[in-house]
Amino acid sequence: MTATAVAPRLRGIQHRRFTVLMILLAAVLAGVVLSVTIGAKPVPLADAWHALTAPTGSENDIVIRSLRLPRTALGVVAGLALGVAGALMQGHTRNPLADPGLLGVTQGAAFAMVASIILLGASSLLGHIWFGLAGALLASAGVFALGMVGGRGGPTPVTLALAGTAVSAFLYALTSAIVLLDEQAMDVFRFWQAGSIAARGSEVVWQVLPFIVAGLVLAMVNAPGLNALSLGEDVARGLGQNIPLTRAVGVTAVTLLSGASVAACGALAFVGLIVPHLARSLSGTDHRWLLPYSGLVGAALLLLADVIGRVVAPPGELEVGVVLALLGAPFFVVLVRRRKPVRL
Amino acid sequence: MTSTLALRMGGVSWQVRPRGVAVTLGGLALLALLMAMNMRIGDIRMSLAEVVRGTFDVTSAHNFVIMELRLPRALTGALVGAALALSGAIIQSIARNPLASPEILGVTTGASVAVVAGVVASGSLYGGAAGLLTTVGTPVLALLGGLAGASTVYALAWRRGLDGYRLVLVGIGVAAVFTNVKYWLLTVGDVNDTARAMVWISGSLNGRGWEHVVPVALALAVLVPLTLLGTRSLDALRFGDDTVTALGVRVDPARALMILAAVLLAAVATASAGPIAFVALAAPQIALRLTRCARPPLLSSAVVGAVLTSGADLLARTVFSPIELPVGVVTAVLGAPYLIHLIWRARK
Repeated sequence: MTATAVAPRLRGIQHRRFTVLMILLAAVLAGVVLSVTIGAKPVPLADAWHALTAPTGSENDIVIRSLRLPRTALGVVAGLALGVAGALMQGHTRNPLADPGLLGVTQGAAFAMVASIILLGASSLLGHIWFGLAGALLASAGVFALGMVGGRGGPTPVTLALAGTAVSAFLYALTSAIVLLDEQAMDVFRFWQAGSIAARGSEVVWQVLPFIVAGLVLAMVNAPGLNALSLGEDVARGLGQNIPLTRAVGVTAVTLLSGASVAACGALAFVGLIVPHLARSLSGTDHRWLLPYSGLVGAALLLLADVIGRVVAPPGELEVGVVLALLGAPFFVVLVRRRKPVRL
Repeated sequence: MTSTLALRMGGVSWQVRPRGVAVTLGGLALLALLMAMNMRIGDIRMSLAEVVRGTFDVTSAHNFVIMELRLPRALTGALVGAALALSGAIIQSIARNPLASPEILGVTTGASVAVVAGVVASGSLYGGAAGLLTTVGTPVLALLGGLAGASTVYALAWRRGLDGYRLVLVGIGVAAVFTNVKYWLLTVGDVNDTARAMVWISGSLNGRGWEHVVPVALALAVLVPLTLLGTRSLDALRFGDDTVTALGVRVDPARALMILAAVLLAAVATASAGPIAFVALAAPQIALRLTRCARPPLLSSAVVGAVLTSGADLLARTVFSPIELPVGVVTAVLGAPYLIHLIWRARK
């Protein structure tokens, strides 16, 4: 094919990608509107707008501003973060089984939180967020260091994945030993484990936001390098990629993104396992598009699942993690069956 | 060093790797020692000599305790470990993925959901069931749950033949559903039931008797020879479906049989002792690195799995004694650092 024939086709692809991006953005926006208006107390859209722009302290204003808004914001932020982190992780390990918790992030956060309950006697979920975040960052740094020491010229995907799995299993074992010996820790742990974005308050969103913004920036910087890496390490090196640097940037981004969201919302890392596969079927393997798609799909899915969880089991709620699994996973299975999966 | 001997008998020939044989035999010796050490522990403490005499001498004073209580527990640990590891080795070979384990076939997760649902539904909040109902009911629930989970994954992944990649992807999806339903069930019940369910989910060898040994032993006796016969197709499957078909291996029947064997092994093992964590994932990878094979070796993996589980049980009973931890908590504590050490050494 000559260059003149390729150019219009490329333009067509770019155009399509842009359209899909807009559709995904609209889906997230729709999710935000649903999440603000639907719940135990339905709020009309006009009232919701009123509460945001000119609050007068009415009941609706309080519901919107102190409950719905932080919850929605956390849903958007965590969904974006987990989706992008999952795509990065699968790209770096070139393994469809890799989730953002693979570097020990989820289990690091779980262990640190449970340990803080034992050692400091804290019993609220919110006080544990800093511990969770610290645990996530430490565990991930440990895994990367192990992979670094083990690999020649930087960690390879397989050593990273195995070291991460081993460290995760180790930390999970310690966590379950603690919760089996301490009932109070078990009671906090089981609710954290189910994963939820409810009742977190706006201060939690502000606590995790800087980490997630930094992670998103690093992720987008990482995308071209990741594209080169997906051709294989030798080719990437031949193309002039600094492989250890690319990997380090990617791992830092994954850690920031998933550590912050897991500390805030609980063990939702599997969002980052499924969402990239959905996004990949829309975007193909180019990470410059896959990463934003993945983030938007994650945010839309998380918001939608949360809204559904609020209305299916009145007067109570179903945790978002459960809804997400019941809703997202079958959809994912259907998708996998219907067409040939886009391979990593 | 990968020296290989060929063993020929009539028209049949095997490859024998001295390194693999050494690992297997060394592992078996270590396993015997660990089981004997395990059998020393109990209300009456015995010396190693007493354990050995009690096992083989019917007239010994300790014979009853050993045969009725301690040997079944030690055997359950070893056999369950072997079965899980063998299952993991098969799945990792078929999926060509070191992160694969019976979990992605829906076996362990399906069993967990069934048992947790049983514990919560029969728990103290809702009247409660105890005694015979739980001792018989739990393994049966686990077996049914495991087989149902595996059938779901297999049926959903089947589409004009089976594709290893699609199997893995479908497995992820189904495992996500099961795992989160399990988490949700854990939040629904009373916190005491949650704790009981957690012990089972972690995998425990406490109070295991001959009724737990026999199913696993039977499954291993039938399935180990069967899987060893299938080694050749596993070796071929490594090269990818297209190459294998061109090589003349009928991919789908061979793979379906091996998957069935892996599912049965994992389901029966899980029914006996719960989904002991990490054995199915780590044992094949440890065996792979010890024997330096191209894919997880079946027999060596099984032996490594048995050693890992027995060693973990020994630690679980002694470290915090008199409190006994579930064995599954310790397998990871024991296996993870060793696996990391092996990865680290191999890359130097």
